[in-house]
Amino acid sequence: MAVERRDFESNQAMRQVMGDYFVELTKGAENGKKTAWCTSVGPAELLLSMGYNVYFPENHGAMLGASRMATDLIPLANAQGYSPDICSYLTADIGSYLAKQSPFQKMKLPGPPKADVLVFNTNQCRDVKDWFQFYAREWDVPCIGIHSPRACGDLDLAMVDSVAKQIEQLIPTLEQVVGQKFDIDRLREVIKSSRRCTELWKQVLETAANVPSPISFFDETIQMGPAVVLRGQQSAIDYYELLLKELRQRVADGVAAVEGESFRIYWEGMPIWGKLKDLSTQFMQLKACVVASTYCNSWIFEALDPSDPFESMARAYSSIFICRSDDPKEAYIEEMVQKYKVNGILYHDAKTCPNNSNCRYQMPQRLQTRLGLPYMIVNGDLNDLRLYSDEQTRTNIEAFVEQLAEA
Amino acid sequence: MSHYCGIDVGASAAKLVLIDAGGKVVARALRRSGIAYAETAEACLAEALAGAGLSRDDVAHTASTGYGRHNIPWANDSSTEIACHGRGVFHHFPRALAVIDIGAQDNKVIHIDASGRRTHFKMNRKCAAGTGAFLEEIAYRMNLDVGELNRLAERSTKEASLGSFCTVFAATEILTRIRDGEKVEDIVKGAFRSVVKRVMEMDVIEGDLALSGGVVAHNPLLVKLIGETFGREPLVPPDPQFMGAFGAALFALEKSRKEAMPC
Repeated sequence: MAVERRDFESNQAMRQVMGDYFVELTKGAENGKKTAWCTSVGPAELLLSMGYNVYFPENHGAMLGASRMATDLIPLANAQGYSPDICSYLTADIGSYLAKQSPFQKMKLPGPPKADVLVFNTNQCRDVKDWFQFYAREWDVPCIGIHSPRACGDLDLAMVDSVAKQIEQLIPTLEQVVGQKFDIDRLREVIKSSRRCTELWKQVLETAANVPSPISFFDETIQMGPAVVLRGQQSAIDYYELLLKELRQRVADGVAAVEGESFRIYWEGMPIWGKLKDLSTQFMQLKACVVASTYCNSWIFEALDPSDPFESMARAYSSIFICRSDDPKEAYIEEMVQKYKVNGILYHDAKTCPNNSNCRYQMPQRLQTRLGLPYMIVNGDLNDLRLYSDEQTRTNIEAFVEQLAEA
Repeated sequence: MSHYCGIDVGASAAKLVLIDAGGKVVARALRRSGIAYAETAEACLAEALAGAGLSRDDVAHTASTGYGRHNIPWANDSSTEIACHGRGVFHHFPRALAVIDIGAQDNKVIHIDASGRRTHFKMNRKCAAGTGAFLEEIAYRMNLDVGELNRLAERSTKEASLGSFCTVFAATEILTRIRDGEKVEDIVKGAFRSVVKRVMEMDVIEGDLALSGGVVAHNPLLVKLIGETFGREPLVPPDPQFMGAFGAALFALEKSRKEAMPC
């Protein structure tokens, strides 16, 4: 049965804002701007406030995955000593750099911008630091960052203080590279804008609590672009206001992302970027909508507060799902399952991303007992399709939906 | 139009079962799946129909399963092999149980409640360890016919230990065992034990346990070893290799009855 994903009218506007962002990035030097590479979960606001063009290599990693370039490029990094078992964003990106091949070229742009400074936050994993240090050595530029608490339960004041101080300590190097003084009022403005973006993104995601859902996880992995790379800028706010309007209209009209939606699934873990289309099609054929995900929710930073910039950034970036222990993670998933009226949970065990694979310490079994919801595990990877089996995954998903239908 | 067909086109073999309206098997066919699934299925059907003295018009409904389930143009429905093995085994053992299907390319553990409803299932990770493909590789490495493995392993008096997770590493371990002068039958039994260990690692299995699939059908020693490991005698349905096809045929029968019911 042939099915087509329902496009959003707002897509054209998104292509425009994202396209403008990429063009701007590649014209940094020409426009007299410095470029900072930044991990996707902060501290982008600080960099933006200091006048940097902010580039997110994780976004490039996802582009390499979605364009299916990653699997051919990863081996180049493997050959240089970066193991096939570590982050395949890292290996794909370094492979891309070595081969001088990038999805940027498909947009008729020369390639990712060279960094003047690299700023990491280990709140997601250690790999981001290793990744950035490769480029720091290549270009002889500073690589600075924040070492965040990991696997924490409650976020206590000592942890927040430590992260806030580390963010402040980035400022002298950033001032030196960019050649201008830090301005706290400008930071407050950026945080205010970022907070607004994040609120809108949350509202976009929450439209999926409607039955039927007007949007699926596969749409959201594309729609999240501005929340990742443009938060703190007005263009992201404008875009999400437009998208939200369209989604609310879909809800009012009863328009479903998955025609005849019969099952609602929660996706835990990374997207499988090179298989988004195939998986989206299979779920549509099975009348199953993936209505919510940990991944897309991870760019909601409700703690951001312009009146307390450093502490609120620290709190926002240290309270995200990935850097928490299993107890708060499970409580979070339970809340999502109820909010989005989920029938079953799919865990993606991404071979090269242990930090985003939450099925390795018995969480599925515990949540199944607690929530009485069935689960399944897909073995795959975010980018490295050598670690993914189409056939096994197809059968696994089909069998899971059969089971949901029996229930 | 009084018969129902289930066809299971698996990674290695295609199995077809024809049943009557009472669910009794009237004919079966087995062929290598090959590369032209539709043709293989057609040949299986022709063979089964000839064996039962039936014509194509006698088949009211067909359900397909297995990796080639979507390649059978004349199938009315399809289900996964997880559903079909569960359904087939439950027909023979109608109780809450766990079904272990050891296939050529993958293994499944299927949990079924007392009403026959599936409550959970697990597939093996993307790895050949513990599957029929593992035994095929071991046979190849040892220059044996895969059909000889069970007979050889039955003769073992001192089982060789193979500790590796990975099929390639296990094959290397076998080279070491050969070099150490261990007997072929002991090494083969060690390979069988390795299959059982990989299956045991897949999931928690409590209560009754049933086995299904071609690997079990051809290697009865595995049944014994699984019994030893799990501490209880596994249930084995008749013709375990045909259990997926049989379950599919039962689904075909049920679907056909449902469609015939007045609205």
